[in-house]
Amino acid sequence: MGEAIVVTSGKGGVGKTTTSANIGTALALQGKRVCLVDTDIGLRNLDVVMGLENRIIYDLVDVVEGRCKVHQALVKDKRFDDLLYLLPAAQTADKTAVQPEQMKKLVDDLKQEYDYIIIDCPAGIEQGYKNAVAGADRAIVVTTPEVSAVRDADRVIGLLEKEEGIEPPRLVINRIRSHMMKNGDMLDVDEVTTHLSIDLIGIVADDDEVIKASNHGEPIAHNPNSKASIAYRNIARRILGESVPLQQLEDQNSGMFSKIKKFFGVK
Amino acid sequence: MKKTQNVLIKGTKSGLTLHLDDMCSYDELKKELDAKLTENSRSHEDTPLITVNVQVGNRYLTEEQKEELSQLIRKKKNLVGDSIHSNVLTYEEAEKSKEETEIVSVSRIIRSGQVLEVPGDLLLIGDVNPGGTVVAGGNIFVMGALKGMAHAGCKGNTSAVIAASIMKPSQLRISHCLNRAPDMMQDDDRREMECAYIDENEQIVIDRLQVLMHLRPNLTRLEGGR
Repeated sequence: MGEAIVVTSGKGGVGKTTTSANIGTALALQGKRVCLVDTDIGLRNLDVVMGLENRIIYDLVDVVEGRCKVHQALVKDKRFDDLLYLLPAAQTADKTAVQPEQMKKLVDDLKQEYDYIIIDCPAGIEQGYKNAVAGADRAIVVTTPEVSAVRDADRVIGLLEKEEGIEPPRLVINRIRSHMMKNGDMLDVDEVTTHLSIDLIGIVADDDEVIKASNHGEPIAHNPNSKASIAYRNIARRILGESVPLQQLEDQNSGMFSKIKKFFGVK
Repeated sequence: MKKTQNVLIKGTKSGLTLHLDDMCSYDELKKELDAKLTENSRSHEDTPLITVNVQVGNRYLTEEQKEELSQLIRKKKNLVGDSIHSNVLTYEEAEKSKEETEIVSVSRIIRSGQVLEVPGDLLLIGDVNPGGTVVAGGNIFVMGALKGMAHAGCKGNTSAVIAASIMKPSQLRISHCLNRAPDMMQDDDRREMECAYIDENEQIVIDRLQVLMHLRPNLTRLEGGR
């Protein structure tokens, strides 16, 4: 019996889809069977970020309305051997095409076959959000160190806490610019976590490579040398229950020692 | 003909006090009161207005009955009904007055979009985040950081206060008064252990917590003790 994790944020553009794609990929790299579910009906993106857009035949709405079986709609990621699948959202329908009860049943079905179901939630707190949250056992809230994103994350955490059957949400702080944090121009990690007062599950530095990789349809988590990739892999390990220390944000010394550390993959 | 009198009239410094018996029936009482007052009012016709206090003992009077009695008194030329005292409260009234004086403690974080409302005093063990709202009929005490909106004395109690360990509200309301944070909040302002209250000029002011013991001595509810 698998576990369903919803990735949500309230605010748009903070990196829900990127985070979903990379956590899913990182979990698959750890040998877990993972199914990504895109619930952003009408504005689907996860397939593009995963580079699976061309292979979509059926979608979420087709499954829910009984036009096809679940396994027919699932798109397999060829980079893995039978580990990572995507259930794409419909592009032609809208959020009201699916009801929370239907989503819950769908996710419960998927949980029988996969270790982790990663649900990518649309922005906002309306129908789309309710659908995404319906079947989830755990929640990851993504925010950036901006006041507006933190405000929306706070609202979403409040809503998640009211939801029954979901564990207390955990926090990912995305797009951290260490130089701005150091100058005090950006909220720092401590400020955000004390304000939201939930457990931190990972911090991800702002990295141009992430955008590049997304545009190529290849999640950054595949690249073992990028800082953001390691951050996502760390999040996956924390989901699996390992205790991994938080990443150092600044690379202060690029001397011999850190090169050796890099060589051994300690970052 | 009656063995005992159901209505007793006593004169005091502040006017007349009517002691109404609580054992007889209401109709009987009304009749006797009317008769007594009629014969009484005839005797002092030119005297100034006299205020009347009514003691009904252990009798419960509904709002209509109270109104009926004070109308009865008002009809007589030189009498003014002042107040009616009863020893009896209904269960709802008792519950309500208990709620309004009770301190409700709540341990949680009031996040953006959430509203916490209590009829009496609120003791919040946690924060109020920006966009969150706490409303109380009485005082509000926040053990954590108050960064959202707080409305104390929402039913019109102007002596209500708001106290917080970290006072950085977006807006404060006490009764009908309203105060918002300055547009430019200095970050180095510590704003720790502060309270807000309405001063003589009908303005909400924020001050050190310690001033409250002089301004609102009734916040101390400890009786006896050591």
